[in-house]
Amino acid sequence: MTEPVIQAVDIVKVLGKGASQIQALRGVSLTLACGELILLMGPSGSGKTTLLSVLGCMLTPDSGTVRVHGQSTTDARPKDLAKLRRDHIGFVFQSYHLFPTLTALDNVRLALDIRGAPAKSAIAKAQDVLATVGLPHKMNAFPGELSGGEQQRVAIARAIVGGATAILADEPTGALDSENGHAIMTILADIAKDPSRGVLVVTHDPRIVPFADRIIHMEDGRSYAALAS
Amino acid sequence: MSLTFRLAFRNLFQDRLRFVATVIGIVFSIVLVIIQSGLYLSFERMVTTMIDHAPADLWIVPLGTKCFEDPSLLDEHDREHALSVQGVVEAIPILIGFTQWTVPNGGTTPVFIIGSDGDGAGLHPWNFVEGSLAALSAPHAVAIDRTYFARLGITGIGDTTEIREQKAQVMAITSGIRSFTTTPYVFTSLDPAQIYVGTSKSRVSYFLLHVSKDADLIRIRQQLQARISKIEVLTPDEFRNRSRAFWLFGTGAGAALFVGALLGAIVGTVIVAQTLYSSTRDHLAEFATLRAIGSSNTYIYKVILWQALLSAVIGFTLAAGVAIVIVQLTAETALPIVMTPELTVGLFLLTVVMCIVSAFSAIIQVMRIDPARAFTQ
Ligand SMILES: Nc1ncnc2c1ncn2[C@@H]1O[C@H](COP(=O)(O)OP(=O)(O)O)[C@@H](O)[C@H]1O
Ligand SMILES: [Mg+2]
Repeated sequence: MTEPVIQAVDIVKVLGKGASQIQALRGVSLTLACGELILLMGPSGSGKTTLLSVLGCMLTPDSGTVRVHGQSTTDARPKDLAKLRRDHIGFVFQSYHLFPTLTALDNVRLALDIRGAPAKSAIAKAQDVLATVGLPHKMNAFPGELSGGEQQRVAIARAIVGGATAILADEPTGALDSENGHAIMTILADIAKDPSRGVLVVTHDPRIVPFADRIIHMEDGRSYAALAS
Repeated sequence: MSLTFRLAFRNLFQDRLRFVATVIGIVFSIVLVIIQSGLYLSFERMVTTMIDHAPADLWIVPLGTKCFEDPSLLDEHDREHALSVQGVVEAIPILIGFTQWTVPNGGTTPVFIIGSDGDGAGLHPWNFVEGSLAALSAPHAVAIDRTYFARLGITGIGDTTEIREQKAQVMAITSGIRSFTTTPYVFTSLDPAQIYVGTSKSRVSYFLLHVSKDADLIRIRQQLQARISKIEVLTPDEFRNRSRAFWLFGTGAGAALFVGALLGAIVGTVIVAQTLYSSTRDHLAEFATLRAIGSSNTYIYKVILWQALLSAVIGFTLAAGVAIVIVQLTAETALPIVMTPELTVGLFLLTVVMCIVSAFSAIIQVMRIDPARAFTQ
């Protein structure tokens, strides 16, 4: 068996300060392996986004360990965490978070630019990936000129263009109609077929269930394995 | 074009109104700094004009002289002592002083007399447009600048009038010899100057020394100080520095100009800081995304610094355009605003520094962003 992309053990995370302090994660363990698509489901406020932030090296756990490609995030400085994110993790957000002043191509290229890739090869690669997600004809469109589904495809292209092996998506279809949501999930499932990549998708949407290799339920900061349908 | 630059450019131009406000702010502030420092430079030059045009190796000045316009006097007999020092080739007496000029069609006006002997080796007018230095050797001959015709009631060469009730005739006319005190200069030879100013025959203001080529200035100064009492011996540079120190700092004029320039720079910095801060706040979600997808801090600073630099370059270019117009408009006034290449480069650097300092508030703001907020928005 190959090394897992992300391995989290007994994660505890407390959020907030003082009276509003809340234990968002109460000992969650989760392993994302290469070639699998995990669905993370659960009611609002159960800790899904917090878990995604911890797995994605945006937050460090209060206890427990996170390993990304075997590398522990315990005691890592913000700078090291940024490097882990840059090297291994691709994010897809519910509200896309594209740069409104940049074209689709530049939005994707940005993910390579922050890695210091030379402009020429970055442009060629960004074009390739945009074609892969089905937008070869929208390279020079600005986000405002794209539909929600198209914007999310650009965001997925940005997440995978840098060679990230863990794709973490937080309700990627939450703002889309079912047709577009289906299209996005098809793309994510295709990505998960790549034996070097793992995809973790947070969702409310039961229509997505058929795409999952594994489903994990969350409730009150704890995780429960559930079988894929 | 680099992506950081493109992002900065678009961030900046996305909100046109704010961008225009920033640029106007920078232009105002830089123009203010240009005017203040241009006046300072101009003033600094003008207070030493006479020293600059006197072909002296050394000056003998009355002890405690503060500036060229200082009214203290020397004894003309000291000239013999000065010439007795080995290496001193010539000691040309000069008399300066304020006096009253009778305006031919009525009234009087103050003028500043500069009387010098020396046949070209003394302190003489320059930039002749009519007449010549030779014409000043005639009795009662004076030279004035054509900018002061109206003030002095003169219409052209040959006009006669009185200075302190003594006859004077305009025999030479110059162009561009203006005084920062706004009192017109009147050039003449030593003897009439003593009469016009009203000092006794034996009093002069300065001796302008010429020394032999290989002379030892240090020894000459020591011997002059030893032989003549109540004098100082200054090099032209020392005399210039003293004049400047007096007019620019002794009077507070320089300090006022300096404070004005400083205020301009501070205002500019605050304006740019304000805009960069609010522009960054508007794009906080984007900066959070950049952090979320793993960009280094350096990458984000680059975007903000490009914004600062772009504001600086655009603001400075416009300010420089305004400054050129101001320089032209003031060229013929008593205190023309001066722009030198050094000042231009210096001000450009100041603008850049100003904008970079301004970027700090924006950078601190971005450093505080939690990358995880990309999930929650
Ligand atoms: N920054 C925060 N400060 C305090 N509490 C927070 C913060 N972020 C989330 N929470 C709380 O932590 C819990 C888990 O939140 P979250 O992980 O966003 O849940 P989900 O994504 O499953 O809806 C919720 O009760 C939420 O109110
Ligand atoms: Mg959530």
